Amino acid sequence: MKKFLALILSCAMVLALAACGGGNNSSNGSSGGPIKVGVINNDPNESGYRTANDRAMREMFTEANGYSATFYNNNDAAQQIATAQQMIQDEVDFLLLSPASTTGWDTVLQDAQKAGTQVILFDRMLEADDSMYVAAVVSDMPAEGVTAVNWLADQGLSEYNIIHIQGHMGSDAQLGRTGALDEKVAAEASWNYVTQQTADWDEATAKTITQSVINSGKSFNVIYAENDGMARGAVAALDEAGITHGVDGDVIVMGFDCNSWALEELAAGRWNYDGQCNPFQAETIHGIIQDLQKGTSPSQKVIYTPEQGFDAKTITADDVTKYGI
Amino acid sequence: MSTPVKDPKTQVKRPDESLFKRLTRHQMFIPLAALTLLVLFNLIADPSFFAVSLKENSLGNPVLSGNLISVLDNASELVILAIGMTLVTASSGGQDISVGATMAIAGSVILRMVCGGQITADTLHMPLILAVLIGVLATMLCGAFNGALVAYFKIQPMVATLIMYTAGRSIAAWINNNELPIMNDLTFKYAGTFLPGIPVPTPIFITIFVIVVFWLVLKFTNLGLYTQSVGINPNSSRLNGINPQAIKLLTYVILGVCVAVAGFIRVSRSGSINYSRIAENIEMDAILAVALGGNALSGGKFNIYGSIVGAYVIQFLTTTLYKYEVPSTALPAYKAVVVILLVVLSAPVVREKLSQVKKAPAKTAKEVS
Repeated sequence: MKKFLALILSCAMVLALAACGGGNNSSNGSSGGPIKVGVINNDPNESGYRTANDRAMREMFTEANGYSATFYNNNDAAQQIATAQQMIQDEVDFLLLSPASTTGWDTVLQDAQKAGTQVILFDRMLEADDSMYVAAVVSDMPAEGVTAVNWLADQGLSEYNIIHIQGHMGSDAQLGRTGALDEKVAAEASWNYVTQQTADWDEATAKTITQSVINSGKSFNVIYAENDGMARGAVAALDEAGITHGVDGDVIVMGFDCNSWALEELAAGRWNYDGQCNPFQAETIHGIIQDLQKGTSPSQKVIYTPEQGFDAKTITADDVTKYGI
Repeated sequence: MSTPVKDPKTQVKRPDESLFKRLTRHQMFIPLAALTLLVLFNLIADPSFFAVSLKENSLGNPVLSGNLISVLDNASELVILAIGMTLVTASSGGQDISVGATMAIAGSVILRMVCGGQITADTLHMPLILAVLIGVLATMLCGAFNGALVAYFKIQPMVATLIMYTAGRSIAAWINNNELPIMNDLTFKYAGTFLPGIPVPTPIFITIFVIVVFWLVLKFTNLGLYTQSVGINPNSSRLNGINPQAIKLLTYVILGVCVAVAGFIRVSRSGSINYSRIAENIEMDAILAVALGGNALSGGKFNIYGSIVGAYVIQFLTTTLYKYEVPSTALPAYKAVVVILLVVLSAPVVREKLSQVKKAPAKTAKEVS
């Protein structure tokens, strides 16, 4: 029995090795063949935003479009770095990178430069000299925060008592969206935080945080949640306590990312604002790569994808289908 | 020092022991003491913590709200998991670290069934009971997979369940083609929020139901006895006609059922799922609840009521920390401090010392907490 098991296991190992070997061979393209790209992204299950982002990348970098692409998804920067080094050794032409953390990439970037691999950052920035990459196609997170805070200021409330539900601390999105609000609250006397907590992008935690504020009996009139899921969690807590929200409600609800369902909430008047975070960088990257193949470098190093904020009062059905992810 | 209190009515083997000594030796001492401390702390710091009020929710139904209700409500998943985890711990002397990931699988399966494969659905595409049963089946399979690795392949439980821990969330995502489905039908949310007209959150009823079921099972079947004997000595259990492998497998399958119920409550709270965030790190809280309940993590004798109280203690602590606006990034650190205290206190060596030096150290323990 044991020998039989050992036999099966070793067969499985040999097969697995063979499978790996096959994968390596097929990716050994020459300069005349398809463009070899390595795509390192975060976990697509992280959020609706990431799901859309990952899908757009996978749909763009296909054989039909002239690419031979390898994809890797992980939220752990250490794993991403190890895979990036592997991809450089496999001699990819372009390394497309959405780093999970902003630091620790120096050796990867140097190795890439030595190997002649061109690095294009997408969605997230990292801390490095801009000579180390050819382009960065990113969302302007601080601008997203500013747009949202300006919109909130335009509402002209006499007092802003804000429940601020933050995303994963230290992430690009959290820093950008928190920054603008922090500045405003520090600058204006009528702007106050009722609570400022991170829910780590988790809906259930956001609900618990809101519940705890409601239980404490403190009054508040704004929920500023740094993504749609957390806004949804907070709204669930409001509904349970019978607190009205949205257009004509007691509490202003703000979210980010523009998931389709969130825009529908907006259109129904149950939320007030949703800030767009554009996940579709794939097309822009495709354009840059095509230009680079022809020998023209992009005119700008950092390219911001266009983004806007939606107001429940002005959103149209077209916006929901066009901008929902 | 002081004279030992003799109580002729109690049937304790060592009648010369003081009441205090017997009290501190009792398995329920640590979880109940921790709960009492938390209650006392909140009573002194701000009695309004316990205020419960009747409000009307946005659907016009009466609902109870307050921190106490939040504790009982939000602890539901943890309590149910802790019960299953206690059995697994007792039989196999190890813990299942995949419960969070398999909860994601359960939630994903249930949502896939009721949404009928659509991303957003406004009506149930399948009777809810049927969807939940399919979810139960899915996690029972996961449990059976874990259990088989532990029981028949004799792999360390933590290593065996590491497979599901790593793969579970990806499997959950795969079940729904990487979409994040949303169920808008109100009846779907009854189990996670409120039934119309009933002011108590439904998860509390589900938890009570699960506890009663386990109480009945442990009272009227040999499951408890068999689990315990397998955990203490599998070989002698086998010689006495118990099949240790089958019992271990059974406990993992039972945990699978608990996971499905917990997963159902969790997705039912919001009608949506986020695979990589749902019930993140809940396995650690569940294991902690078992340890807090005074159960040996190396298996053998167990007491599910200890674990249940342990789970409520953890939720009580979390809610208290939220109330005092401890930043949620710092929550794990505070929890860790409390955990270290409780685990050290419940270590047999320390408890032995404690009962020797009588009341003085108990006081310092209270002050520290």
